[in-house]
Amino acid sequence: MIDFKLPSLGADMEEGTLLQWHVKPGDTVQRGQVVAVVDTSKAAVDVEIWHDGVLAELLVQPGDKVPVGTVLARLLEPGEAAPALAAVPAQPVAAAPVVAAVLPEVKAAVPPQAPPTRHPVSPSARRRAGELGIDPDGVTGTGAQGSVTLADIEAAARARPAPTPAAAAAAAAPAAAPDRQAQMRKAIAAAMGRSKREIPHYYLAETIPMQAATAWLQQHNEGLPVTQRMLPAVLLLKAVALALRRTPELNGFYRDGRFQASVPVHAGVAISLRGGGLVAPAIHDIAAKPLDQLMRELTDLVKRARAGSLRSSEMSDPTITVTNLGDQGAETVFGVIYPPQVALVGFGSILARPWVQDGEVRALPTVRATLAADHRASDGHRGALFLVELRELLQRPQSLAQAFTMPQDQPGATP
Amino acid sequence: MSRRISYREAMREALREALQADQRVFLMGEDVGRYGGTYAVSKGLLEEFGPQRIRDTPLSELGFVGAGVGAALGGMRPIVEVMTVNFSLLALDAIVNTAAMLRHMSGGQFSVPLVIRMATGAGRQVAAQHSNSFEGWYAHVPGLRVLAPASVEDARGMLRAALADPDPVLIFEHAQLYNSEGELPDGAPPVVDICSAAVRRDGTDVSLITHGGCLPKALRAAEELAALGISAEVLDLRVLRPLDDATIMASVRKCRRAVVVDEAWRAGSLAAEVMARIMEQAFFDLDAPLARVCSEEVPIPYARHLEEAALPQVSRIVAAVQSLMGASP
Repeated sequence: MIDFKLPSLGADMEEGTLLQWHVKPGDTVQRGQVVAVVDTSKAAVDVEIWHDGVLAELLVQPGDKVPVGTVLARLLEPGEAAPALAAVPAQPVAAAPVVAAVLPEVKAAVPPQAPPTRHPVSPSARRRAGELGIDPDGVTGTGAQGSVTLADIEAAARARPAPTPAAAAAAAAPAAAPDRQAQMRKAIAAAMGRSKREIPHYYLAETIPMQAATAWLQQHNEGLPVTQRMLPAVLLLKAVALALRRTPELNGFYRDGRFQASVPVHAGVAISLRGGGLVAPAIHDIAAKPLDQLMRELTDLVKRARAGSLRSSEMSDPTITVTNLGDQGAETVFGVIYPPQVALVGFGSILARPWVQDGEVRALPTVRATLAADHRASDGHRGALFLVELRELLQRPQSLAQAFTMPQDQPGATP
Repeated sequence: MSRRISYREAMREALREALQADQRVFLMGEDVGRYGGTYAVSKGLLEEFGPQRIRDTPLSELGFVGAGVGAALGGMRPIVEVMTVNFSLLALDAIVNTAAMLRHMSGGQFSVPLVIRMATGAGRQVAAQHSNSFEGWYAHVPGLRVLAPASVEDARGMLRAALADPDPVLIFEHAQLYNSEGELPDGAPPVVDICSAAVRRDGTDVSLITHGGCLPKALRAAEELAALGISAEVLDLRVLRPLDDATIMASVRKCRRAVVVDEAWRAGSLAAEVMARIMEQAFFDLDAPLARVCSEEVPIPYARHLEEAALPQVSRIVAAVQSLMGASP
């Protein structure tokens, strides 16, 4: 048995890529015959063999990159029997043609290449996994041949918190833009579809006078450079967080058939992205933070959301979502709750509207606040209390500016 | 009120009704007259309708099927009985090249309103040459409508619909079904279509798609599977050409798993066609690979135990379903 090794085809050659074999097992080769083509990274080089013999086996496949000196093939010297044949006792030494005839046996003795391992996932399971934003390769299969079934995917979906569009978007961040958008659209479709399937929404709306709030803001912003001015959105966020102290059943998660309240308010702020889609990353502990800090965090969050550099915590734990159409024009927004959250507060644009005050109709800045809430966790009466509290808080903007500690021991206590 | 009736009697009633209803209808085939039919389907009809309308033929399938084609072209409504599908191979030219194609070859000028009945299938220890299930071969041919009545209702009702069809219709009667019994309502005979498949048992976990002589086996398998906690739907194809894709896909989409049960060999078979259509039309609804239970790829053996081993059996259907459900073999 002779080893045919990859020769060095130049002083600087350390490895080569086998491009092609010109021979196959069983072929008789002669010294000087070109048997293979090897790419040295500089050129494709025809490689000759330096022994006569019969090719027994090819050890390197086209496309393999191997170091110089690697055994590429083995060949039998003229008259040499193949090992499998030689092992049989009392077998006469075989001549070359006989050797060639038994070569398939030699080949068969080589363990067959394992088939490419692929986690079997049924077509319907794969489709459902896509809808739910689950990686089916991470799910244990219980179906035919160990395959992942639809039931396995749905069990996996139940075992984890709902995907938010933001999470899916972040997961897709390294991918190409159109792909990311498609993935985001899919994630939004999955989360919103689930929301509308599972969550019995109820909706309430309240028109809130913003005269005091805008006046306070105007005063606050006076003399400040544009970049440091506070936006109404911050007041609204803060007011939501404080109003939730009266109605804790709107802040938290509905999981495993019951509502779990959250003490801190991490409001997911819906941010539309320039390429389409949206994310709703959280600003944490809103009730406990002063307005200036919230403004900085909001600015930072919007910037990072649009740059696609959100942190996982921001995406995984919003306890309620606030969507603020702001200056985009629509008067009223009725939101779709992100499961497993139980409420979404929406604000339309702040516009001057006719408003009756002290028996007279006046033009006042007002905003339409809406609540979409999960009827499994709360009732309309409580939802209405929340909106009323929100309205009252926004009439006292200075109190919003002052209140930045929250009673941690009794989050749900009604004042 | 209903009455209990055998498949054989239902078929005979259908023949009698057809012969009474239309003077153009006549029955022709080997031993259909004096002998009363090899499977006794036409027993008594010779006495009732006479030798002009119940005609015994020589043992020449190509001859009498060809004569049936000619009679149909000439304005009659012949019912030709080919004793079994095994012998129909002798008449392939008349059936495939002539009956199925004349409408096309004549630019629509001629139609062949011919009905051919044949027994099919194995299971009676009559050995390889008398045990074939070639209905799937005919289902390959455009121009033919291929029926496989598996219930007493279809045995009673399909013939009338077949005679009303202006083109050739083949009716395959599984020989094992002749003694099976079922309930028919009193009064007017059942009206059945010859274009749709039928769900014979509702289920949610797996669709057993079958026809003809395998229907009772599939129903028994569904019964056993129910005891194992698996809800099997049983779909009776009824019409093998044209296949009722909509009903097949509805069942597969509901159950997400399917096993095709067919007494024919699997290679190049009707079972293969059904599976191919499912892959084309319902791939993304599947939750497991498709499976089928067919006859072993051997000429059907004569010895009873070997014949049983070669044919689809309830236990094999149950095992196939279990493996789809993820049970280890």
